[in-house]
Amino acid sequence: MSFIKTNDLNEGGIIKEAGNAHDYQTGDWRTFVPEFIEANCIQCMFCWIYCPDTAIDIDTSGPKPLMKGIILEHCKGCGICAHECPPAKKGKSALVMVREEK
Amino acid sequence: MEQKLVALSGNEAVAYAFKQARPHVASAFPITPQTEMMHKYAEFVANGESTTEMILVESEHSAMSAAVGSAAAGARTFTATSSAGFALMWEVVYIAASLRLPICMALVNRALSGNINIHCDHSDSMGGRDAGWIHLFSENAQESYDNAIMAWRIAEHMDVRLPVMVNYDGFIISHTADALYMLPDEAAYEFIGKYQPKYSLLDVENPITVGPLDLTDYYFEHKSSQLAAYDKVPGVIQAVSEEFAALTGRQYGFAEEYKLDDADMVMVMLGSSAGTAKDVIDEYREKGVKVGLLKLRTFRPFPVNYIAEKLAGRKAVCVLDRSASFGGQGGPVFMEIRSAMYGQQVPIHGYIYGLGGRDFDLQQVGTVIENLQKAAAGGAVKDINLLGNRS
Repeated sequence: MSFIKTNDLNEGGIIKEAGNAHDYQTGDWRTFVPEFIEANCIQCMFCWIYCPDTAIDIDTSGPKPLMKGIILEHCKGCGICAHECPPAKKGKSALVMVREEK
Repeated sequence: MEQKLVALSGNEAVAYAFKQARPHVASAFPITPQTEMMHKYAEFVANGESTTEMILVESEHSAMSAAVGSAAAGARTFTATSSAGFALMWEVVYIAASLRLPICMALVNRALSGNINIHCDHSDSMGGRDAGWIHLFSENAQESYDNAIMAWRIAEHMDVRLPVMVNYDGFIISHTADALYMLPDEAAYEFIGKYQPKYSLLDVENPITVGPLDLTDYYFEHKSSQLAAYDKVPGVIQAVSEEFAALTGRQYGFAEEYKLDDADMVMVMLGSSAGTAKDVIDEYREKGVKVGLLKLRTFRPFPVNYIAEKLAGRKAVCVLDRSASFGGQGGPVFMEIRSAMYGQQVPIHGYIYGLGGRDFDLQQVGTVIENLQKAAAGGAVKDINLLGNRS
């Protein structure tokens, strides 16, 4: 990551670029990590809507967006995605939180 | 400029000054002795004399938080408080300065608890001296009014963009009817000018993030760029003061120099007590004692070069603090002055006086001048003294 020089910083530390959280990697804070079970995914996009960061990896190249997995550099392990993921496949969810061993 | 001579309390005078700036937003919570200032302002709004949106909040922490949000949205904003109210704002006081938001605040100086006391001293303001605000001090209602007009110009200057607090002594100034000259509304607004925010949270075409997480990677750089901002403030204060003097005939700057030019001995202080000191200085001058006064108007940023130049070569200097620094070496003003005089062979001693509204009387100034004469003659005076305290 390259650093902006002091004299080039905006007054008051404001940030003018929208969506810059993507450049800030905060994935090493977690204790739990969402595990993606693709077979249970119904592509509802709830995880993408609810994720407070930018941790849901979506393939937008096709006619419909497709959930591909978790971008771990941005996942803080909050578990919101797993909480919101509907148990649509015979009562099973596509996202479940598991303790991460480091 | 034709000005109207009026009789107002300090609180009323500042309320008028703020009204003349036509602020968009005011957020405040009542606390003695500030209450009457916002009371008067609420009256303006209720009577349709002001279109300011008043936010009545549940605490001073919220008052300053609302002011920060409002200023970041691009609105001309002010608040007001005293003592414990300022203490409760603490966290957000720093944020206002860090975000470079030109908020104006009336700080009606009052002692901090405990024990609980509603009267004047400067411990509230001095506690916030490192928070990044510009601190202006006033001697009377006229100076409180004038500072409250100039505060906007200093805060909103494109090279400054920092919050300004206008300090005036609780009860002594805030609640005393005083004669002062007021600018006509149009002339005051023309002097202050229309507010031009540098950015706005409400500008959806240019979205910004304000106050994000700032850890080991950038916090220090943000602080270093903030530190650099204060170098530009003294020049702006001078320029605004000169423009104000051309308009009103009243000259400000960093300090008032009272019988200073030929003074062998100088006392330094800020606030209303300077008026008392001037009377006693006059008496001693008649007896041929060459004593003068340097009344600080700008405490932050501290005008170090100005002070070092003005006090150079004096036979004795003393500094009067209306607040204590517990466990420190004298009061906050004393520490700054002595540090500014480092390397100069001028004897300096300090006093702590007037805590919790204790009267500062003519006799105390007499004692101060007697001690200055003793120090000027090479006699020993204690570094730090208490004045007006029953020992």
